[in-house]
Amino acid sequence: MARLQAIVMKAKDNVCTVVELIAPGSEVGMEINGENVRVRADEAIPVGHKLAIRDIKQGEIIMKYGEVIGRATQNIRIGQHVHVHNLESCRGRGDR
Amino acid sequence: MQFKGYRRPDGKVGIRNQVLILPSVVCANRVARGISQAVAGTTWVEHQHGCTQLGADAELTARVLVAHGTHPNVSGVIVIGLGCETIRAQDIAAEIKKQCSYKNVATIIIQDEGGSVKAIGSGVSIAREFVGAASAGEREWIDASELILGTECGGSDACSGISANPALGVTSDMLIDAGGSVILAETTEIIGAEHLIAARAVNPQVARKCFDVINACEASANKMGVDMRGSQPTPGNIAGGLSSIEEKSLGCIYKAGTRPLQDVIEYAAPVTQKGLVWMDTPGQDIEQLTGMAAGGCHLVVFTTGRGTCCGSPIVPTIKVATNTALFERMNDNIDINAGTVITGEENVEQVGRRIFAEMLDVASGKLAKAEILGFNDFAIRRIGPTM
Repeated sequence: MARLQAIVMKAKDNVCTVVELIAPGSEVGMEINGENVRVRADEAIPVGHKLAIRDIKQGEIIMKYGEVIGRATQNIRIGQHVHVHNLESCRGRGDR
Repeated sequence: MQFKGYRRPDGKVGIRNQVLILPSVVCANRVARGISQAVAGTTWVEHQHGCTQLGADAELTARVLVAHGTHPNVSGVIVIGLGCETIRAQDIAAEIKKQCSYKNVATIIIQDEGGSVKAIGSGVSIAREFVGAASAGEREWIDASELILGTECGGSDACSGISANPALGVTSDMLIDAGGSVILAETTEIIGAEHLIAARAVNPQVARKCFDVINACEASANKMGVDMRGSQPTPGNIAGGLSSIEEKSLGCIYKAGTRPLQDVIEYAAPVTQKGLVWMDTPGQDIEQLTGMAAGGCHLVVFTTGRGTCCGSPIVPTIKVATNTALFERMNDNIDINAGTVITGEENVEQVGRRIFAEMLDVASGKLAKAEILGFNDFAIRRIGPTM
């Protein structure tokens, strides 16, 4: 099996999970629906963290495993790191 | 598929022959520890409870203590009390003996013995006798269908949902197909994924229970008036790449494989069903571990991405690393590496089969690392105030 830098759990996901440390500007290889796809990382991504594989608008649902994992709190461009700074949880929100 | 276990006179199956030193109250912890440390072949627990508890909360604590005594992995129990506590040692011991008349059960009351030194002395003498009896027990071949597996993930990272949890899901399916039972727990870490588990419920009533326990859990979190994030997922989970409870949950439920959900049961309730059961426990690792042990699981497979060492005093706890770096860094504590899925050396199915084989070996007497290193973590869920 060819070594890929990221895993996309389901084809409709808009993020991937990187499995090695990604340097800014590097190409991240992944497989979507059996096809090899490359996305250029805008910034450094630590192992296990997520990278946007599509442009995601503020307020849009973020999907992984083909399911909702939260909502974008700002516009996110393809290649950007997706984490707690730009993704909010939709559940357990006693603050609102 | 078989393993070598202990057949109990009541027909139940044990995979260890522990002699357990069990304090009924926080005030008896030191004596319990003193007895256990003086007698090889015993284990003990310590906890913060047993006095000034009320109603259902006191009942739950008592139920968990009794369930550890009656657990088929335990052959003998010495219950230690101070003498003035709410949850009395003699009552716990009597209930254990009532449910399991074949077991060696004794009570030590510190005030009656004349203090801790004499209580430890009396306990050591009884424990020595109980260990002698336990050591004479013989293992026999037992079908895997009699095993109850507790599944758990703790110190999760973003690899948990890709490697170790899906692999454990394969193990869960294999055990269920062999006729055994599997516990899915940590309700908090199913928030956001409950619809997927509920869709596997055997009937609408069980599906309804899935949403009921999730709603109750989320409502109790929301009552605190803050965003759950920072507690769930934990700071370590977030450092590992998990951004929300939904993301953590979606990775978490892979442990439960793909088979139908038979029932949703209360914390520490006995597991009587075959197949997959959801026990309503908190996500806190040790309260969950203790609840599943009280429910009668024989062993736990525990996946971790950040690394954890914990283990139950009576239930072998097998650790599975989600990534190879962790497996190498904390190799003293981790039994199995599922990081090979991330590197592409193995697939999820292959790792799942390895976990299953290890599970049968540990059921037959091979020690998990947490046992060798003496972990005896124990924490009871509280549902009421301390008075």
